[in-house]
Amino acid sequence: MDITDFYDTFFEEAEELLGDMERHLLELDVEDPDDEQLNAIFRAAHSIKGGAGTFGFDVLQHTTHLLENLLDHTRQGELPLRRDIVDTFLEAKDMLHDQLNAYRNGEEPDPEAFDRICKTLQQLALDEMGKSVDGGEAPTLAPTTSATEPENESAPNTASATVAKESGEAAADDESREAPSAEAASLTVTLLGVDGENRNLLTEELDQLGDILAQAGDDDRYEVTLSTTASAADIEAVMCFIVDDDQVEIRQSSGPVTADQPVSETSSDDQERAAADEAPAHDTQATRQTTQPTEEAAASDKGKAKTKAKSSESSSIRVPVDKVDQIINLVGELIITQSMLDQTVSELDDVNNSSLNSGVSLLQRNARDLQEAVMSIRMVPMDYVFSRFPRLVRDLAAKLDKDIELVTQGESTELDKSLTERIIDPLTHLVRNSLDHGIETPDKREAAGKSRAGQLTLSAQHQGGNILIEVIDDGAGLSRDKILAKAQANGVPASENMSDDDVWQLIFDPGFSTADQVSDVSGRGVGMDVVKRNIQAMGGHVEIQSETGVGTTTRIVLPLTLAILDGMSIKVGNEIFILPLDAVLESLQPRDEDLYAMAGDDILMKVRDEYLPVIAVNEVMDVPKAQTNLTDCIAVIVQGEGRRYALLVDELLGQQQVVVKNLETNYRKVPGVSAATILGDGSVALILDITGMHRLSRTKKEARQLQQGATNQPVPFKEVDES
Amino acid sequence: MTTLDSASTAAVEAHSQEFLVFSLGEEEYAIDILKVQEIRGYENVTRIANAPDFIKGVTNLRGVIVPIVDLRIKFHLDKVEYGGQTVVIVVNVGERIVGIVVDGVSDVMTLTSDQIKPAPEFGVTLSSDFLSGLGSLEDRMLVIVDIDKLLTSEEMALVESVKE
Repeated sequence: MDITDFYDTFFEEAEELLGDMERHLLELDVEDPDDEQLNAIFRAAHSIKGGAGTFGFDVLQHTTHLLENLLDHTRQGELPLRRDIVDTFLEAKDMLHDQLNAYRNGEEPDPEAFDRICKTLQQLALDEMGKSVDGGEAPTLAPTTSATEPENESAPNTASATVAKESGEAAADDESREAPSAEAASLTVTLLGVDGENRNLLTEELDQLGDILAQAGDDDRYEVTLSTTASAADIEAVMCFIVDDDQVEIRQSSGPVTADQPVSETSSDDQERAAADEAPAHDTQATRQTTQPTEEAAASDKGKAKTKAKSSESSSIRVPVDKVDQIINLVGELIITQSMLDQTVSELDDVNNSSLNSGVSLLQRNARDLQEAVMSIRMVPMDYVFSRFPRLVRDLAAKLDKDIELVTQGESTELDKSLTERIIDPLTHLVRNSLDHGIETPDKREAAGKSRAGQLTLSAQHQGGNILIEVIDDGAGLSRDKILAKAQANGVPASENMSDDDVWQLIFDPGFSTADQVSDVSGRGVGMDVVKRNIQAMGGHVEIQSETGVGTTTRIVLPLTLAILDGMSIKVGNEIFILPLDAVLESLQPRDEDLYAMAGDDILMKVRDEYLPVIAVNEVMDVPKAQTNLTDCIAVIVQGEGRRYALLVDELLGQQQVVVKNLETNYRKVPGVSAATILGDGSVALILDITGMHRLSRTKKEARQLQQGATNQPVPFKEVDES
Repeated sequence: MTTLDSASTAAVEAHSQEFLVFSLGEEEYAIDILKVQEIRGYENVTRIANAPDFIKGVTNLRGVIVPIVDLRIKFHLDKVEYGGQTVVIVVNVGERIVGIVVDGVSDVMTLTSDQIKPAPEFGVTLSSDFLSGLGSLEDRMLVIVDIDKLLTSEEMALVESVKE
């Protein structure tokens, strides 16, 4: 095991910290910033810096260091916030994100960008701080260390950072930062239950922070006495990327001691955040790494703080998705075994086996509960999706010169993780559209008697087995005439007497382009049809409601999970297939007079004045011993990607929920089949792909014609040659 | 005596490999035992349409959908019957799990490197690319199949080819 094994942990944590930072920055009220939020932003930067230092990501460390110093001044009230300063911070945050990604991909971050952001931050420091700290270091130090200032640890920070900035070197290194507390303290770091390799790693780290005076112990308890100028919190910040924080104990040993060397026992980001989530009140008590220990000490209620952290320890864990999928698979197996058992028991005599019977029914209930609980593991709150919009809306609004207020509702609504990842792009597109075309400029809004600020609402809610996601704007609404005119100009069939709903659906048409509305933000050809296709690929659909002058609502309906599908089981010959229920419109028995042959091979069926192509499942899937008499079959009318056709099957078996299993894991993609599932008897059934079936049927027919053509064609050719 | 025994075993192990021997008709084949996950009966296979005939379909292996390949059809054996003796050897090929249908599994054998002869270059149905050698064992000949290469080869159509 070497230090690179911890990279992933660091990257994930840093990513979350950056997310937090962005969220807080966006929520920040420039006029009257909340101390807590400033602290939270500062702590995020500080934690990232600590980790970056440990892993030797110099560029990242340097950038966070600059940002952290600035944030510290803001926190102390020395740097009055302005909107453009927040923008600079956000820009720096984006840069940190880029750097993080570069490191994650094993590359060095772009040095040019790094240079630029350093200059920007240093310039900001010079411009803003040059005046406000004219008094020199001593005066600044005095007020900050006064009793009213809760964060002892930050006092030296400020002082040193100020010194550094005044001399034009905002990029002072860590040592000078800690300089005011310069007298080296002797700390005893105790490692509990840390094995040899990690121990060596940690001692190396400690050696860099100061001079190791003594080290001794075994795997269970290993003590390192260290003479260092770094604070206990800093040491812990470095170490918590390698071991759990409860494995580390830091205390002062006899020797020179500075006033602000706190004793710390806890502080891992996850825990702290969890603690903060659990009890927002504690948030004000401050959390992450650096500040917490001091404050704990200040509160002189360490025992209490410790229990708080302990109790939150179990509130969340990070688990790889494949582990969860494995559990889901196993539970699926259990359900199948259970239903087989159920079947067997139901054939037994009730009287003599009543205890077995009741046991089996209990098992059934437990198994279902278990399945439900396990499926819920994959669910994540919509907040995961919504949280990326405040930034987008803020940036776009600035770009478009519009005043927009973003409201999110139902952030806690849960959705399958794989779906949340795929919904982001379509949703982003819709939001961009709303901001660009939907909501008017402040002047126009005022003229229309609306408030200058437009409102964009993102909401999510459960509705049966579906989730309903809405993008609502209070803008101008869609223009019916414009859409109709454009549709007709583009050769899309449209007429004046179409209903509003049908007209709105037109904008999802691939032929519908918003060419005259091209702007920097949207309307560049990535049309709404892509949005619609993406959502349909997820098994959902999208609809629009719009009222001129009042606004537009785009509603996305998605199934809660991709892992389970509502299916209709059908039988062809001796084989069972599953049709996705949402593609099935109706089923009926074809009558002879409704069937028409076309061009020999093709058959059409007349259903309520509509001629639908007929595709026989047994032909496409080569099923032997299937019903060949068309009128004895059952026609299932299905719809996929806007195409409607009739599928001929032998028998309908019923509706059931099936667990979707990927065929490509061990095999390959099969034409006409989207996935597979396991039936109650343990056998595998294929789930038919409605659009794929249509395509497959055509290719098969073409292949057949080609074959026939190959045998027929030589004759006419010969004739031509001879003549 | 004991020490001598264990010493000689160790020496053999250093140059030998264990193989699972199975039969296809009258012929005996062997594959590296480390590739074998399990052996089970042939049952409940769901046919896949428009696939080559030697791909019998897919089956449910404790919640995992696994393709089943009949090597007897692939190797053009005359007699292909499915009975109580018909077994499926479930092998791990790379990240994938594949079941192969054979007439029977006979035993596990340890072959030393000098018992493995190079395969002659003449196979048409079974190209020598897919053979790691021929194992000679007294009067028996074992065809040692490189199951990795065979199952991931394009002609097995088990794996999506690159151009698709």
